[in-house]
Amino acid sequence: MDMKTIYLLIPLAPLFGALVAGLFGWAISRRVAHTVTIAGVAVACGLSLYTLNYLLHGGASYNEPVYNWLTINGVDFNVGFLVDKLTAMMMCVVTFVSLMVHIYTIGYMAEDPGYNRFFSYISLFTFSMLMLVMSNNFVQLFFGWEAVGLVSYLLIGFWFKRPTATFANLKAFLVNRVGDFGFLLGIGLVLGHFGSLDYAAVFAKAPELKDATITIFAGHPWSLLSLTCILLFVGAMGKSAQFPLHVWLPDSMEGPTPISALIHAATMVTAGIFMVTRMSPLFELSDTALNFILVIGSITALFMGFLGIIQDDIKRVVAYSTLSQLGYMTVALGVSAYSVAVFHLMTHAFFKALLFLGAGSVIMGMHHDQNIRNMGGLRKYMPITWITSLIGSLALIGTPFFSGFYSKDSIIDAVSTSHLPGAHFAYFAVVAGVFVTAFYSFRMYFLVFHGQSRWMEAKPHHAHADAHHAPAAHGAHAGDDHAAHGDDHEEHHGLGPNDKPHESPWVVTLPLILLAIPSALIGFFAIQPMLFGDFFKGVIFVNNEAHPAMEELAHEFGGAAEMGLHAFAGLPVWLALAGVVLSYVFYILKPELPKAVGKFFSSIGVTKLLENKYYMDFLYINVFAAAGRALGTVLWKVGDALLIDGLVVNGAARLVQFFSFVVRRVQTGYIYHYAFAMILGALVMITLWIGIPLYGAMH
Amino acid sequence: MTWTSLNAGAATPEIFLLIAVCAVLLIDLFVSDAKRHVTYLLTLGALAVTACLLVNGLAQPPQLAFSGMFVQDPLAGVAKLAMVLGAALVFIYGRAYAEARGLFRGELFTLSLFSLLGMMVMASAMNFVTLYVGLELQSLAMYALIALNRDNVQSSEASMKYFVLGALASGLLLYGMSMVYGASQSLDVLTIAHNITAGGANRVLSVFGLVFIVVGIGFKLGAVPFHMWMPDVYQGAPTPVAQLIGTSSKVAAFVFILRILAESLQGFAPDWSQMLMLMAVLSLALGNITAIAQSNIKRMFAFSAIAHMGFVLLGIMVGNPYGYGAAFFYSITYLLTSAAGFGLIMLMSRAGFEADRIDDFKGLNQRSPWFAFMMLIVMFSMAGVPVFVGFFAKLAILKAVVSMGLTWLAVYGVLMSLIGGFYYLRVVKVMYFDEAEDTHPIVAGIDARAILSVNCLLLLVLGLMPDRLMYLVTAAITHSIVQM
Repeated sequence: MDMKTIYLLIPLAPLFGALVAGLFGWAISRRVAHTVTIAGVAVACGLSLYTLNYLLHGGASYNEPVYNWLTINGVDFNVGFLVDKLTAMMMCVVTFVSLMVHIYTIGYMAEDPGYNRFFSYISLFTFSMLMLVMSNNFVQLFFGWEAVGLVSYLLIGFWFKRPTATFANLKAFLVNRVGDFGFLLGIGLVLGHFGSLDYAAVFAKAPELKDATITIFAGHPWSLLSLTCILLFVGAMGKSAQFPLHVWLPDSMEGPTPISALIHAATMVTAGIFMVTRMSPLFELSDTALNFILVIGSITALFMGFLGIIQDDIKRVVAYSTLSQLGYMTVALGVSAYSVAVFHLMTHAFFKALLFLGAGSVIMGMHHDQNIRNMGGLRKYMPITWITSLIGSLALIGTPFFSGFYSKDSIIDAVSTSHLPGAHFAYFAVVAGVFVTAFYSFRMYFLVFHGQSRWMEAKPHHAHADAHHAPAAHGAHAGDDHAAHGDDHEEHHGLGPNDKPHESPWVVTLPLILLAIPSALIGFFAIQPMLFGDFFKGVIFVNNEAHPAMEELAHEFGGAAEMGLHAFAGLPVWLALAGVVLSYVFYILKPELPKAVGKFFSSIGVTKLLENKYYMDFLYINVFAAAGRALGTVLWKVGDALLIDGLVVNGAARLVQFFSFVVRRVQTGYIYHYAFAMILGALVMITLWIGIPLYGAMH
Repeated sequence: MTWTSLNAGAATPEIFLLIAVCAVLLIDLFVSDAKRHVTYLLTLGALAVTACLLVNGLAQPPQLAFSGMFVQDPLAGVAKLAMVLGAALVFIYGRAYAEARGLFRGELFTLSLFSLLGMMVMASAMNFVTLYVGLELQSLAMYALIALNRDNVQSSEASMKYFVLGALASGLLLYGMSMVYGASQSLDVLTIAHNITAGGANRVLSVFGLVFIVVGIGFKLGAVPFHMWMPDVYQGAPTPVAQLIGTSSKVAAFVFILRILAESLQGFAPDWSQMLMLMAVLSLALGNITAIAQSNIKRMFAFSAIAHMGFVLLGIMVGNPYGYGAAFFYSITYLLTSAAGFGLIMLMSRAGFEADRIDDFKGLNQRSPWFAFMMLIVMFSMAGVPVFVGFFAKLAILKAVVSMGLTWLAVYGVLMSLIGGFYYLRVVKVMYFDEAEDTHPIVAGIDARAILSVNCLLLLVLGLMPDRLMYLVTAAITHSIVQM
């Protein structure tokens, strides 16, 4: 097989699975549906690993169009693949996590009525994400971008009978519209000023346009590249949930847990990070854009972490940590440490997918009770979930030698060497963020796996909870009950008085184990080649003179093991430890303490601020959405109903009808009227063609 | 006159049809009412043989016959094939209808065939006399056909109106022809054309004659303001006869116009082009707008036909082979569409029930989803909805009009079609969304059902692949119209 065939097979195999499960889902059994989709993704995963191996051993990058969709004014709209090491790494991450999630889903969705539909969606997502990362042009990038957004929308609203789920998917869709609008404008600027949509051509032309300006408001010329980059980044802000377009991600937890892991943690939300990295030749030319990115990332990294502290829903805690970690990646982009951002993207994909799937396993064990205050002491009942979640949490907080440590510490180091105006704030944000991350991560960990078993004294459950006996039946509740009872799962689910949590089946624990391995180890092995070797040579462009962060980092780096040991001489590790210890004190040693502290924070209004998520939702719903609806109502009532429907459409119809009845009267049925009309017609024609010309000729 | 200049072989189809009609007439005398289908089969057989002869003639080069009175060329050949097909569809769709009303008699067949013979002569005429003889043969047979159901008051009234107005139109036409004869000293199409270009014709006299000729043509075609007979005749005539008027007769009129205007009076093209434009504009508006107010579907078809003839006139008005080709394509596809429409009306009808109100189509989808779908195809094609052939017919005309620089006229045509969309879609709405009032099962022979289905599907197939037919008619035009 030549490489082109392989590259075609990689996205098409999941697409095939998605089509079979989606179009013929009504006809095939669950077993066939999951076998076909898993086989498709497994093929894609195997071939992606093969591709990575091929490239690591000196194989050539691939950059060719494979299909010409259309050509307008000499600009090609192609489907094409650019496969270099960055792409190959993304392909491996996407397909591997996707494969794990596919397997996990067999257990998690076991008796959901939408089983086949779910498999179709996640395979379709895999296809879309692969098209996004493998693209060699902006059109296909945008296609993939929108396609993953669509699948995300479908999956957040997977239980479409729950009002909260439909609200959440609408919200995700609308917020992403804002981002995508910026993204599309950015692509438009690229098309307009670079005259091409092909990456290679655009990047080659970028240095020429370094000083080009564009005037939108007269008298204020803006740098073309800065504007383009910022607009493109606005797209990334929507997709990667950066402040202030982050509001959709916590709500997206309404979707089933497997997709929270796959889409809203590991892959889709990192598309923005990937995109900026891919566009590094453009972003490197604009300090303005980089600074903007840096500030946005810092705000997201720190302030979204705070929100994680007060959440009681296990998935929401993980969701806010995802937001915060995405902020870290964005910060890395801002200081031109693209390779570090992508490195963190990769490690994060593994440990965050692990944490989400672990959370899902806990939710299954708790019979779909997601409130961590009702848990506690689960380590005895769910040993595999416990150990793997611990590994994930350690990786997340940056424990030395775990994968998250290498990526996160590199980000902090890179920020400390940056000279951009926003770097000081960014440094404070990422360092403070370490403490916050450690605190909320272990708050959750301790509340779930250690301490008292609180599900005994949790509020009495609804009678039908007794029906949850057989372990295999749990997945079904996700669909059936939610569908039937709306968003009141908090009351309806949970353990019955005589139930105990239990470990999940092997299809759930196997992916946990397989994800725990890279979560622990991959950082140690990958940091040297990815950050300081030539893994990204010729893929990522860094202007070392203007942005020396990576160069200085390489200077200090003395090997992965040394970095791990050296960490204890630095601030972040101790901050992380302080966070862990504090959470241990708060939630294990002195559980009454948080209340007292909470009282203090309430008195100064902080709690209220956090509970309302900085009033961002309030702002969007009551100001932007309300204004939009008001405008829409006015346009509808005046523009559409009155002017267009009333005056133009119905008015024209009435006019025609009026004439119709008038003309109908002429058709009297009397033969002499008919003959008269004919003679009159002849007379008029004679007048027009004989009489008038003759009269004119005479005068 | 020698045999060579007679060249009677060129008129083989007409000669055969004449003999066949006489044979049918004679044989029918000896056939009892119970065995009337013998006449029916003989008629269809005669049409089939005529069609074969016509196809055979298509392969031969254009040639004159009867000392230049008659021509056999691709234009006439293709048009006559379409007319024969139209007549055959009249008999097939109309058999059950005629049987139920006691019209299934020898007169129906012989008169229709004579009328068809007249149309064929019109199509091949190369002399004003032949043209007129063909026209009168066609018309006289038609007057009688309309009144075939002589106990029916509406029928007789329609026939009377058609006869009186037809006589008036014939008179005006003949008067116009005589003026042209006076101006150009000839009745021969080619000689007139030659004399006019050579400057040997008095302009005022010629244009004076031209006006009257255009009036006669307008009457045949049913263009405003010479259209008044159409609704009454469509409604009053037995439906198969209305179908014959609405299909074959329109194609004959089209060729008739080409022979007179495009071939013989080409020298006055700017004048007649303006006249046709005036009639087209009026026809498009009046046809479409008045059709909206109709509750009788046959009357609606009449007004819709007026609008369609407006389109045909637009094509002819362009005055080049491109426009003629488009108009020819329009005429032929209109023949197919209109035949299917009448066929469906007759399919729905039964003894004592005409099914000619739009309300009679209510809920057709519940009674027969298949034929509701067929009617939908017919309506969509007439309305000019894309993928159906009616769309491409309109498109070709509009392209020809635009190529002349008359964009406003094309826009006007589109706007009027838009208004027309209303009454076509109303039929669709009634079929699919209203409750059925009539729950009788549909009674019709398998032959009518099958051929009707093929006919409707053909509208879709031709819409998907219009290029073959378009090529055929364009070639027929370019190889026939005398270029000067």
